[in-house]
Amino acid sequence: MSDDLINIKVNQKEIQVDKNLTVMQACEIAGEEIPRFCYHDKLSIAGNCRMCLVEIEKAPKLVSSCTMPLMEGMSIITNSEKVNAGRKGVMEFLLINHPLDCPICDQGGECDLQDQAMYYGFDKSRYKENKRAVDNKNMGPLVNTIMTRCIHCTRCVRFATEVAGVPELGMLGRGENAEITTYLEQSITSELSGNVIDLCPVGALTSKPYQFKARPWELKRTDSIDIFDSVGSNIRVDSRAEEILRVTPRTNEYINEEWISDKVRFNYDGYYQQRIDTPYIKENQKLTISNWEESLKVLKDKLKTLKPLALIGEHVDLETGYAIKKFMSNYGKDNVECRTDNHAILESLDSYRFNTPLNDIENSDLIILVGTNPKIETPIINHKIFKAYNNDAKIFNIGENISLNYKTEYLGESLSNLNNENLIKALKKSINPLIIIGSAFLNKIKNIKTIKSIFSYADKYKVITKEKNNLNFLNPYASRVGQLIIGNTTSNLCEPFSNLKKDNFELVLSFGSEHIANEQFNNCFKVYFGHHGDDGAMVSDIVLPTPLYTEKNGTFVNIEGRPQEAKKCHNPIGSAKEEWSILKKLSDELSFDFIPNTFDQLRSELFDKHPILSDYHEIIAVENSTSITPDIEFEDCKAEYPVSNFYMSDVISKNSVTMAKCVEEIISTPSLLEKSA
Amino acid sequence: MSSNHPGLSNNFSRSGEKFSWSKDNLRSIKTIISKYPKGREQSAVMPLLYLAQEQNNNWISIECIETIAETLNMPKIRVTEVASFYSMYNTRPVGENLVQICRTSPCWLRGSNKITKTICKETKCEINDTSDDNKFTVVEVECLGACSNGPMIQINNDFFEDLDEESTKKIIDNIKEGKPNVIGSQKGRRSSENA
Repeated sequence: MSDDLINIKVNQKEIQVDKNLTVMQACEIAGEEIPRFCYHDKLSIAGNCRMCLVEIEKAPKLVSSCTMPLMEGMSIITNSEKVNAGRKGVMEFLLINHPLDCPICDQGGECDLQDQAMYYGFDKSRYKENKRAVDNKNMGPLVNTIMTRCIHCTRCVRFATEVAGVPELGMLGRGENAEITTYLEQSITSELSGNVIDLCPVGALTSKPYQFKARPWELKRTDSIDIFDSVGSNIRVDSRAEEILRVTPRTNEYINEEWISDKVRFNYDGYYQQRIDTPYIKENQKLTISNWEESLKVLKDKLKTLKPLALIGEHVDLETGYAIKKFMSNYGKDNVECRTDNHAILESLDSYRFNTPLNDIENSDLIILVGTNPKIETPIINHKIFKAYNNDAKIFNIGENISLNYKTEYLGESLSNLNNENLIKALKKSINPLIIIGSAFLNKIKNIKTIKSIFSYADKYKVITKEKNNLNFLNPYASRVGQLIIGNTTSNLCEPFSNLKKDNFELVLSFGSEHIANEQFNNCFKVYFGHHGDDGAMVSDIVLPTPLYTEKNGTFVNIEGRPQEAKKCHNPIGSAKEEWSILKKLSDELSFDFIPNTFDQLRSELFDKHPILSDYHEIIAVENSTSITPDIEFEDCKAEYPVSNFYMSDVISKNSVTMAKCVEEIISTPSLLEKSA
Repeated sequence: MSSNHPGLSNNFSRSGEKFSWSKDNLRSIKTIISKYPKGREQSAVMPLLYLAQEQNNNWISIECIETIAETLNMPKIRVTEVASFYSMYNTRPVGENLVQICRTSPCWLRGSNKITKTICKETKCEINDTSDDNKFTVVEVECLGACSNGPMIQINNDFFEDLDEESTKKIIDNIKEGKPNVIGSQKGRRSSENA
């Protein structure tokens, strides 16, 4: 028997468990469900709701199982009369001040208190006195508060402090006067604040945009992927009829754990604003409503004579990307580009993805942020860095002196600060160092040598070893890694996109890329395939409506190289058609070779060509193939961050009313962090 | 206790004036912080709140909280939590003399109700109120730990024990007229020796 295992009994059933667990965790291993409100496995243990009472043999009183450590030979009883009576007593106290407004409560139907009251509640109250009432608190434009319902579990307070890293929530007063509030009722400034809604076991904190919209049992649940940053958080899209009513996280311990960013959680109202619902053709400098037949005819004629270039936007799924590549191959090579932001890469996968598995970031003891602001680019990765920080990791920052929710040591503006003395000293001492190179520099690097030097640097300081590769490249776009894997880039690797010879192309097909508005395409005929009317659509000669990621099936590869599927939730808005079917139709008319007749055929062809992509949820394996050069030389470039406003970083969130409110109430009012800094 | 008690309200307000530590307090803070292990400086939040209250006319303003948070390098909400938890940190301005009347059983059995009535009459203010001239704030509190000398009151930092209506009136009158008061037992007892 290993030293770490001990023998215990749960309801007379003998089991062996790790001695470091709590009584509650042991009971769960034994298959006994313990009711709880304050305990949450991602948060510290508070032990203040007292709902998880169990009986332990030889203990005179019931004990709260979430706080009780295990002991050899412990005999735990979870189903006795005494336990039941104890929990019923706790429930009675919790319900004393809890309002009976379940019929109008947004939590109704998915409420922990409601569910557990079914087992432990009484059918009537013995409490004759007045119930207490608590004023609602402002927590910003996302979280709605009905504080009378609060049972003071303090999950939200612990979440804000431990996970979001913004200690702005707290419990004021005591006893009957206890109240949960933010400091001076200011908005929560975290990019993860929406998660307190899921954490709240009652209806005290609910979603403001979802208020009074639906009941959980009316909603259709669709598994999908967060495409608003590159992390690929797993989400569940809840819809009724043809409308998405809310977005919630799905647990994935490897990626987002139980959290998602506020952007994907709340920007769904933008899915239906400013939608391109029908084809448009530009006549006399003005986009006028057209139809599919006419617009495809015009496009077909142009495609017969002009040499096209395809731009791939940030929300394009793999299947679409593959269809584009297939279609464009009829016009030769090097005419599809997803690196529209001048993203510098080498050929191998490890030069453009996050090589450390995301759940390993927290094990690092030294993190160097180079030209990245993870807080607003990828809040989930920022949370992981915050975890590492709490494990005493030292964080260095190169680029702009950005404000994050943890302390960083700022080294300077340029890449050459990687040679900073303090940093080198720390790197030599570090056991598990990690480097994150962000788009702010990657988009500026012009010389391939610089990227190679970064690899050499990482190799020199043991960031890359035989066992691990902790040199990470971070970009904020959901489509990028996947599109690069299937080769949707011009072959002049590391050549900035802006250097592309414009004379070579006369027709630009933009698949949701706003870079079609770049000056370099001024003389080209422009076609925009997209779902939202923004800059890209405005400048185009033909605008074709395509579905949003929730309106079609698609595969996305996340930043660490993990393919995942986003499923179709409802039919496309208006007359939008999937990109591959448009290209298929054009191919038929231009008598190109384009075999797939259905989406499934397209997908299986993609997986035949790129078998590594078919293994959903697994990180694509790669050998460290980049050759190491002895000389390390960094070019001088100024960091320019790709995301400046978390709430409005893409066409969809720009059109969201909720996101606009966030900008107004959270960003425009100076944040607590900035004030205290 | 009603939540109108200045120490039990969760609503903090700004004084409108900058709060910065006095020289003496800065020195005391150094001593206080040195009592705690390194990295645990925030344990000093309660003594610092006490110092701040003393320096800030007997109440904790938002400015005080922010200064303390800065001094101890801790989140402001954590300081607010502590300040709102304890009833002895006043969250709103109080009069020059904070009169705390003990109303717990021993004092109450010995007639604290009468003392309360007298004080309210003499200071012309209700429980939890501040008099118009800002001289007095009257609050009822639970046991102040001088049970054998009840009924008793505490005015700012001083205890007044073995009270009756007459001696209470005298104490209030003396304060009004700026005359000194005898601190402790009003019957001439030393400490809590047998009466």
